[in-house]
Amino acid sequence: MTALLPAPAADVDAVARNRVRRASRRRVVVTVLAVLVVVTFVTTLMVGRTFYPLGDVVRVVLGERVPGASFTVGRLRLPRGVLAVVAGLCFGLGGVTFQTMLRNPLASPDVIGISSGASAAAVVGIVIFSLDGTAVSTIAVAAALGVAVLIYGLAFKGGVAGTRLILIGIGVGAMLTSVINYVLTKAGQWDYQEALRWLTGSLNGTTWTAVLPALVALLVLAPVLLGQAKNLSALQLGDDAAAALGVRVERTRLIAIVTAVGLVAFATAACGPIAFVSFLAGPIAARIVGPHGSLLVPAALVGALLVLVADLVGQFAFDTRFPVGVVTGVLGAPYLIYLIIRTNRAGGSL
Amino acid sequence: MTATHTLTAQDLTLGYGERTVIEGLDLAVPAGAITAIVGANASGKSTLLRSMSRLLAPRAGQVLLDGRAVHRMPAKELARTLGLLPQSPLAPEGITVADLVGRGRHPHQGIFSRWSREDDAAVAAALEATQTTELAERAVDELSGGQRQRVWIAMALAQQTDLLLLDEPTTFLDVSHQIEVLDLLTDLNRRRGTTIVMVLHDLNLAARYADHLVALESGRIHAAGDPSAVLTEDCVRAVFGLDSRVIVDPVSGKPLMLPIGRHHAEAPVPAEA
Repeated sequence: MTALLPAPAADVDAVARNRVRRASRRRVVVTVLAVLVVVTFVTTLMVGRTFYPLGDVVRVVLGERVPGASFTVGRLRLPRGVLAVVAGLCFGLGGVTFQTMLRNPLASPDVIGISSGASAAAVVGIVIFSLDGTAVSTIAVAAALGVAVLIYGLAFKGGVAGTRLILIGIGVGAMLTSVINYVLTKAGQWDYQEALRWLTGSLNGTTWTAVLPALVALLVLAPVLLGQAKNLSALQLGDDAAAALGVRVERTRLIAIVTAVGLVAFATAACGPIAFVSFLAGPIAARIVGPHGSLLVPAALVGALLVLVADLVGQFAFDTRFPVGVVTGVLGAPYLIYLIIRTNRAGGSL
Repeated sequence: MTATHTLTAQDLTLGYGERTVIEGLDLAVPAGAITAIVGANASGKSTLLRSMSRLLAPRAGQVLLDGRAVHRMPAKELARTLGLLPQSPLAPEGITVADLVGRGRHPHQGIFSRWSREDDAAVAAALEATQTTELAERAVDELSGGQRQRVWIAMALAQQTDLLLLDEPTTFLDVSHQIEVLDLLTDLNRRRGTTIVMVLHDLNLAARYADHLVALESGRIHAAGDPSAVLTEDCVRAVFGLDSRVIVDPVSGKPLMLPIGRHHAEAPVPAEA
């Protein structure tokens, strides 16, 4: 091994000190985010048409029978809250993985049509084939993977350029949205709420049957993705530079795509494509933690927080109850416009 | 001093899609020396460099590092012996110099392993060697082109490899920064014995800084060896299709190529050979 001239101990200390400072700042931010997620989650269990104090909520969660609270908290609020957290984590992880890998904030799965693929398959499965539960999740995941492969294939022209993939993805997404619209018009008895679930995402009427597949997907896929965190960070330097650092680029990309698509698809099958959460979580996390280290965990927590807060706002801030996706959509759309204006000014091709 | 490694290409054929870029090429990189690869655009210089660092799998033949085929070596193990600085690596937005240089430690770390004193020492030594210690906490985006190139070289140094391959490390730099980078690489080679292989566009700088010059001509080695033997008027005509005069560089004693175009050439143009 090449022995570089050793640097003075003081310089080594300075390097170590700055690195530790960055790492501890990051740890503080992640801890604060995690605490906020827990606090908001508990709040969603307490508030509603009837308020239950923390003590009641804890007793219900621990399995005790509390008159009134057992039903309202245990049956209605708990699955809804858990799905909000699980879906938020899934969307956050899936979104930031694509954004990191394609080095473009516009490349999130909900912008490039992957969520629409899962949504369209779920709607077709439910409305036309009367499927439910695991079957819906399965076809949603298969469709999302299929859309990912389709977009990748259409964008492939001696290598995949990020911009081309994004434009093709937006086109494919628009086609799939019209499929969803068409199928929903065929389902005459479906009400407005149900339609919105598949177009913008909703947590209304969440049951444990819907939560379970998404929860299992998160527990299985998230660790696999987190295992690739360092390799994904290296990919930010470009494929060649990453390969020169000993990263197996194609393998990393394959694992990342499959796990990220899986996470987004399972979450979408459970609650619809909650608008713009995948798209927003990564950039917000980057703004908070800065450019150092992997964004996977911070983005996942931001995703969960976004869904929880948006659902609270949608339920209680207005006279009408809005599905969570309407609220996140209102937040996300201006950011999308801002990004497009900014890249236009910078002379980017998008 | 470093262990000496042998890096050779045997009967190497490379290409992209249907296009064959390099065919049946044999090359031995002299250990502990600076090798420069020159040639016209699209002559296969970068392709050869990418294949030597296993970024491109050969169609036929092989690249051997100490007798082992690089394309069959574990990726991280290879990355601890052989480093590559590609032509245009990307710096993540807002990343600091120290953090970017730290990325060079990737092949020395496990998936979840923590930073060691050794990692910090390698980063500090790389910053020192490239005179970027003062820039350590600055954002890479804010640096000048020359500073940025030194930072990328620092990242490659933090990787602590005995062989370092660089694809056009002086492109987009003004002349003083080009010299600065080439001097730095020469320091590395002389003080630490690092074997250096670089693709260079500037023939004269290549002839001055390289111990071993390789001239590629459409995927084949036209000539390889001591720059004084390789850089000749005939070679320039064969490799670049350009008439020239080659004189002795009064500064370095190495060959210096003066191109002869259709204009501004007072000296008589030699007849077509």
